Amino acid sequence: MNISIWLTRTRRDGGNFVKKIICNNPTFCSYYQSPNSSTSLVHSHLSSSIMRSKDCGFVGKGNFRFLYSSSSFNSSYVVSVGGRRYKATKAGEQLLFEDDNGNNTFEESKGEEFPGGKIFFTSEMNFLPGSSEKRVQCYRVLDENGYHVSSTTMEHVSKEVGLKVYSGMVSLQTMDKYFYEAQRQGRLSFYLTSFGEEAVSLASAAALTSHDLILSQYREPGILLWRGFTVQEFADQCFGNNAGHGKGRQMPVHYGSKNLNFMTISSPLATQLPQAVGVAYSLKMEKKDACVVAYFGDGTTSEGDFHAAMNFAAVMDAPVVFICRNNGWAISTPVTDQFRSDGIVVKGPAYGIQSIRVDGNDALAIYSAVRKARKMAIDEQRPILIEAMTYRVGHHSTSDDSTKYRSIDEIEYWKTMHSPITRLRKWIERKGWWGEKDESELHSDLNNQVKTAIEKAEKALKPQLKYLFRDVYEDLPTNLIEQEKLLRETVERHPQDFPIDVPL
Amino acid sequence: MATNLKRFKEFGSIFINHTNLLRRFSSSSAVLSSVDAQLQPPTTGTGKSINLYTAINQALQIALDSDPRSYIFGEDVGFGGVFRCTTGLAEQFGKHRVFNTPLCEQGIVGFGIGLAAMGNRAIAEIQFADYIFPAFDQIVNEAAKFRYRSGNEFNCGGLTIRAPYGAVGHGGHYHSQSPEAFFCHVPGIKVVIPRSPKQAKGLLLSSIREPNPVVFFEPKWLYRLAVEEVPEGDYTLPLSEAEVIREGSDITLVGWGAQLSIMEQACIDAEKDGISCELIDLKTLIPWDKETVEASVRKTGRLLISHEAPVTGGFGAEISASIVERCFLRLEAPVARVCGLDTPFPLVFEPFYMPTKNKILDAIKDTVNY
Repeated sequence: MNISIWLTRTRRDGGNFVKKIICNNPTFCSYYQSPNSSTSLVHSHLSSSIMRSKDCGFVGKGNFRFLYSSSSFNSSYVVSVGGRRYKATKAGEQLLFEDDNGNNTFEESKGEEFPGGKIFFTSEMNFLPGSSEKRVQCYRVLDENGYHVSSTTMEHVSKEVGLKVYSGMVSLQTMDKYFYEAQRQGRLSFYLTSFGEEAVSLASAAALTSHDLILSQYREPGILLWRGFTVQEFADQCFGNNAGHGKGRQMPVHYGSKNLNFMTISSPLATQLPQAVGVAYSLKMEKKDACVVAYFGDGTTSEGDFHAAMNFAAVMDAPVVFICRNNGWAISTPVTDQFRSDGIVVKGPAYGIQSIRVDGNDALAIYSAVRKARKMAIDEQRPILIEAMTYRVGHHSTSDDSTKYRSIDEIEYWKTMHSPITRLRKWIERKGWWGEKDESELHSDLNNQVKTAIEKAEKALKPQLKYLFRDVYEDLPTNLIEQEKLLRETVERHPQDFPIDVPL
Repeated sequence: MATNLKRFKEFGSIFINHTNLLRRFSSSSAVLSSVDAQLQPPTTGTGKSINLYTAINQALQIALDSDPRSYIFGEDVGFGGVFRCTTGLAEQFGKHRVFNTPLCEQGIVGFGIGLAAMGNRAIAEIQFADYIFPAFDQIVNEAAKFRYRSGNEFNCGGLTIRAPYGAVGHGGHYHSQSPEAFFCHVPGIKVVIPRSPKQAKGLLLSSIREPNPVVFFEPKWLYRLAVEEVPEGDYTLPLSEAEVIREGSDITLVGWGAQLSIMEQACIDAEKDGISCELIDLKTLIPWDKETVEASVRKTGRLLISHEAPVTGGFGAEISASIVERCFLRLEAPVARVCGLDTPFPLVFEPFYMPTKNKILDAIKDTVNY
C-alpha cells in the first residue's frame, strides 16, 4: 500500500511548533488533506511503509524517529528508532517527533475512540476539498496508434486471447450494424448499439472465467458473445420468437443466459447492482473461486441503487467487481449535468472500495485491470470499482437521435480517433498476428452469419400463447387459469384482433 | 426517515405503555390474548402458549436450522431486531447467516434478490412496512418479474420480505401504515398476512419455502398482545387458502391480520342482536382464494370487508368487485367496506381513523337490514 505523508507545522500556545500528520489514505489516517491545499505543508514524503492498523490506531515503520510522551510530558521515552514498527492508540497520548537535526517538537495527538475507530482532534478548521485540482489519471497500455505506453504494467495477453477479443469486437460491431438497420427498416421493434464501447465488454469478459457471474446493464452484449452466445440467439431474443430464451416477453437486447452465468437484463437502471452484492455474498458463503461482475453506465451512478450497492458491497466484503462505462452521455444528459465529482472512480474510496480509472477504449488496459480486479476481489474478498473512460459513438437507442444534443464533429472525433477496434487491430497487426486477408475473411464471414441469423429469426413463429401466462409464478394460480380461459374464448370469437404469428 | 435508534426507542416502549389497550384476539380456537398470558405456564397439547413475535422467531429458527442455505438480514436484525423477532438467531447460527445491513431498504431487497437468485433462501426484514417504499422498485420491477422476464431461466423465489405493518396505538404517519394494496397490484409476488401466532409461524414457514417471492406483513400490534398455543415443531400452512374462522348465515365478513380481532368482536356483538356472522381470514391477498369467499357469500347473500388501509383503492375494493361479478344475483345488499379513512395515518385522531368494532357493527346491521 502506498501512503504519502506530509507534515505541517502550526504554532501552538507557548510558541512551540506542532507537527500534524497528514496522509493521503483516509482509511489509515485520521485526517486527509490534499497537498494542493493552502496550508503550509512540508511535503516530506516518507518512503517508509505505513501499515493500516485494524483498530484504526497509528502504526508506523520507517526511518523516521518517533518520541513518545505521556500527556503530562513527564515521562517521555523513545518508542521507536528506525526500521521497526510502533503503535500508539490510546486517547490523550502525544507523540514527540525528532527531526533530522535532533530538534524535538511535539505533536498533539489527542484522539477519541469514536464508534468505528479512533479519530484525532485538530485545532484547525479545515474542510476537505470537494474535488482535487488534478483529475484522477487513467490507466492505459496502448496509445491511440496501438503502441505500448512506456513502462506500463500489464497482464500477458496471448495470441489466442488477443485475436478472440478483436474478432469479438468486430462481431459486436457487425451485429450492431445489421440489427440497427433491421430496426430502421421496421423489422425489429427496438435496438441499442455498443458502438465505440466494444472494448469494455469484450476485454473485460476475456479477463474473467466462465464461473464469474455477470449482472449487466444493456450495453454489454460483448460479454455474451465472448462466452459463446450465438448471433442466432441474439437475433431470436430481439425478434421475440419461439426460439428466444425470453419467450418473447422482454424488449430486444434484454438478454440472459443461465448456462453462461449471465443474469437476465432488466430495463430499470442500477437495480442489478445491489442484486450483484447478494449474488457475490452467496459465492462468498460457498467459498467459490469466482466473483460477480456488475456493469453500468455513468448515468446509472446517480440512482440510489448504485450507492446502496457500493455501500453494501463494502460492508459485506463481497467479491464483486463494479465496472462503470463512463461514456459521457446518459441519453442526452452529459456527465457535466450528471455529477460534480471527478467521474465515478473517486466515489469508490468514500465507500471504502479500491478503485481504478481505466482507458475504456484500450482493450489491453481493460483486460489487465479487470484481471487484477478479479484476483483482488476473490483473494481478498472485497469489492473493486473500475471506471472505464469511453464514448458512446452511437445514439442511445433506436428511439434517439443524438445529433439533437451533441455535434457530429464530436461523435466523429471519438469514432475515428479513439476507436477501440482500430487500436487493438494496430497492435495485433504489429504483433504479426493479423493481416488484411484475415480482416476481410472475418468481415465477410460475419456479414453472412448476421444476415442469415436475422432472416431466420424473423421467419420463426412467436412463442405459444400459453407463455403469456406461464412463469408469472412457478405454478399457474387460479386467477391466471381463469384469465387464460377467458382470453382464449375472446381470441376464438375475434381472431382478426390478434397477431397470426402467435400459435394458440 | 427516522433513525434506527429513534425507531427502536419509540417502539421499545409501545407495548409497555399501551398494554392497557388490549385488543382481544382470537383465532378459530378462540384463545384470548393478554400480555399476562405470556407468563402463564404452557398449556397442555403439542405446543406452548406464545406470543406472535416468539412464533415468528420460532419459524425463523426452524428455517435456518432446516436449510443451511437460508439467511436472515435487515436493519438491526443482528441483535434481535427492534421487535425481537430475530432474538438469539445470530448467536445460534452465526453472524454470516443472521446479520445487520446498512440502513437502506432498496439495498436490503436488492441484496435479497441476488442471494435468492443463487438458490438461497433470503429472508429480508424491512423494519416497518412504512419504510418499504424505497424498495418498491426492487420488489415491483425486479423480484416480481425475475422469473417471467428470463423465460424461467432465473428466479428469486427464495426471497421472503418480512415487514411489521398496521396501527399500534401511537405510531402516527410512519409507523402505522398498511401498504398491502400496493403490492397486490403486482403479478409475480405473493402477499401474506397472518392473524395470530400459530398462523404466523405456519404461514411464514410456507412463505420462506415458497418457490415465489413473498411479501409477508406482520401485525405489529399483535407481536406481544396475541398469545396462542403454537405447535413447537416444524409445520406449514397453505398459501392462497382462506379460512372460515367463524361460521354464520346472515353475512360474510372478510379481513386479514390484526383487523380480524376487531371484526370478531363485532361478530360477537352482532350475535347478541340475533345476527349470525361468518368471518373469513383471507391470509394470502394475492393470489387470493376467491372460491372460499364466493361460497360463503352464496350462503349468506351479504358481504362486508374491513381493513385498516384507506378505503379508496384498498384491497377491499378488489374483493368487492370480484364478488359482485360472481354473486350479483345472490347479493341482498350492497357490499360494505369498513376501512381506514382516505387520510394519512393520523396520530391523535387514530381512534377516529380506525375501522372500529362499532363502525363494523353498524355496517353489519345496515347491510342485514338493507
